[in-house]
Amino acid sequence: MTSLLEVEDLHVWFEPPHAAPVHAVQGVSFGLNAGERFGLVGESGCGKTTTILALMGLLPPNASLAGEVRIGGTNILAGGEDSVRPFRWKDIAMVFQGAMNALNPVKKVGWQIAEPMAFHGVAEGKAALKRAGELLELVGIPARSASRYPHEFSGGMRQRASIAMALACEPKILLADEPTTALDVMVQAQILELLTSLSDQLGLAVLLVTHDLPVVAQVCNRAAVMYAGEIAETGPMEELYHNPRHPYTRMLFAATPDLYGEGAVASIPGAPPRLDAEITGCAFRPRCDIPIDRCETDHPALLQIGIDHRAACHRATERAVAGPPPIGKDTAR
Amino acid sequence: MSDTHAFVPPGAGAAAAADAAAPGPAAAESPAHPDAATGAPLLEVTDLVTHYPVRRTLTAAAARRPRSWVHAVDGISFSLNKGEMMALVGESGCGKTSTVQTILGMVRATGGAIRLNGTDIAGLPDRQMRPLRRTVQMIYQDPYESLDPRFRVRQTVEEPMLVHGIGGSRRDREPLIVRALEQAGLRPAEMYLDRFPHELSGGQRQRVAIATALVLGPQLLLADEPVSMLDVSVRAGVLSLLDSLRRDADMGILMITHDLSTAAHFADTIAVMYLGRIVECGSAAEIVRNPQHPYTKALLSVVPKRDPREAAAPQILTGETPDPVDVPRGCRFHPRCPVAVDQCRTVDPALRVPAAVGASTGHQAACHLA
Repeated sequence: MTSLLEVEDLHVWFEPPHAAPVHAVQGVSFGLNAGERFGLVGESGCGKTTTILALMGLLPPNASLAGEVRIGGTNILAGGEDSVRPFRWKDIAMVFQGAMNALNPVKKVGWQIAEPMAFHGVAEGKAALKRAGELLELVGIPARSASRYPHEFSGGMRQRASIAMALACEPKILLADEPTTALDVMVQAQILELLTSLSDQLGLAVLLVTHDLPVVAQVCNRAAVMYAGEIAETGPMEELYHNPRHPYTRMLFAATPDLYGEGAVASIPGAPPRLDAEITGCAFRPRCDIPIDRCETDHPALLQIGIDHRAACHRATERAVAGPPPIGKDTAR
Repeated sequence: MSDTHAFVPPGAGAAAAADAAAPGPAAAESPAHPDAATGAPLLEVTDLVTHYPVRRTLTAAAARRPRSWVHAVDGISFSLNKGEMMALVGESGCGKTSTVQTILGMVRATGGAIRLNGTDIAGLPDRQMRPLRRTVQMIYQDPYESLDPRFRVRQTVEEPMLVHGIGGSRRDREPLIVRALEQAGLRPAEMYLDRFPHELSGGQRQRVAIATALVLGPQLLLADEPVSMLDVSVRAGVLSLLDSLRRDADMGILMITHDLSTAAHFADTIAVMYLGRIVECGSAAEIVRNPQHPYTKALLSVVPKRDPREAAAPQILTGETPDPVDVPRGCRFHPRCPVAVDQCRTVDPALRVPAAVGASTGHQAACHLA
């Protein structure tokens, strides 16, 4: 069975004017099925946002890319902008980071949602505005608010409106870049519930990009942990938490405080490597707590661990990778 | 520190607003002695009220319509001891930042008292406030914004000493800078002294900002979302640093956060704010494991858990925090409360010990049904 979206060996380089090229995404592959929620997790600078901007064909002009992104079997990267345009918004749509700034402040919200419909021939004029109202209802905003301006909306409502806008042309894939980062916990919960119910109701495939592991743990079925432009580990969410096979995954969970967790919360020493020079060996080695000699010289490939579970660590099959078994797991409850 | 009382029961907020601005007797008697061993808690906030005027439109002013006020902080009381960390938790607009700004003196209190080692600093003139400012230092949210990009680390950390006239010469100040940086976990300090902020990672920048606060030898640190702009992998390190400052250097830390998981892990006590009031407070363990106020319960229920198997049952409140200009009558939370009864629409509940918890725990909630 082929997936709805297939990303294969995606590379992105940025070429700054007076500096060495930055290899921001280094051979990322993953697939996404209809109705599935997939998380892309990592620290800032790990290439997660660059990856999804590449899927939308929205990288800046100084970026060059290689690899394939297939939607329904067609490689949308084959012919540059011309080959992406028919798919953008119609098949693959995006909710941008920063709900506050994604809307045009001088245009009514309904108009902004209707605009791409006309452009893509989905609906026009009154029909488009009517559909904009329906979309607002779908995301939990009264249809009459379509005639309001973004500044009349709260942060949570603006984020809902930008989700409605992304859904305007009935895409099958929704990319959400840190959709809840600037929002309060209660509003975050509302937005995450909305994304979950949209994917359940409409069979929408959601690709959630975030640095927040617990958010992914609660929303996504599967996830990929990215480090230094590569996927360090990917698999079902439960496997990643209960059976991590890459030290970075384990340490990232251990660095995240949990409401009822009792184990110590430990930061990961060091910082991610620069991506403007070739990395020999494993990119995570300087921060790893269980490195071996081989990590210095050999670049680890993604190893199959279980069904749909892969990790890029030379020691992925060893017991030691998982570390002390209960990672701050509270047993008292 | 648990033998001393953690929280002062507040009086009626409205009454506090009435006898505003009148300086407490302590201020009149004792001059500002931050180091005096008075036996009083490090920080004691009593019935603190901070209101901001809303700008009237010209027509409203002409029609002599009454001026309206943003009830940012509306009668809150708490105390913080040396070596204690308290987390102030709540959604944006609940008044937690206003509380901290009032304590710092950046915003003038409308009413109530802020006692620092027993001295009321609310409404103290600037001249008398200045020496006290050394005792209270602030750590801001965003180390990408709070450091001057043209200052080397050395200058950034030196700046507050120049303001407060500490250390005679540059040579005398150098060891103080080094000590503050090392106390903030930047070791060896010499490696960082001549760097610019853009050469540092987010975690290192926040440590420089903390060193800038530490160089004045404060007793109280106010930290406004100190790690929310940092990467997950370094957050724990900065929080552990704050933790060690209170344990080893005996500082009191008041941390604003919206992240209950962080509060649960690092704070001794948690105060939950809603629309300018503390609605529930107590030890961190009590608040997280035995919440009594429906707002606290809802907030806790929506915190995402690390373990995907822990099926969350989020109790999602609809809508958002009401306008602090037009505060609901009765209990402020009643329009969003899932269990509100008639009494909640008319009677404003005071903080008290809930029926289900022991009085000795220091746990209090402002709910008729708790």
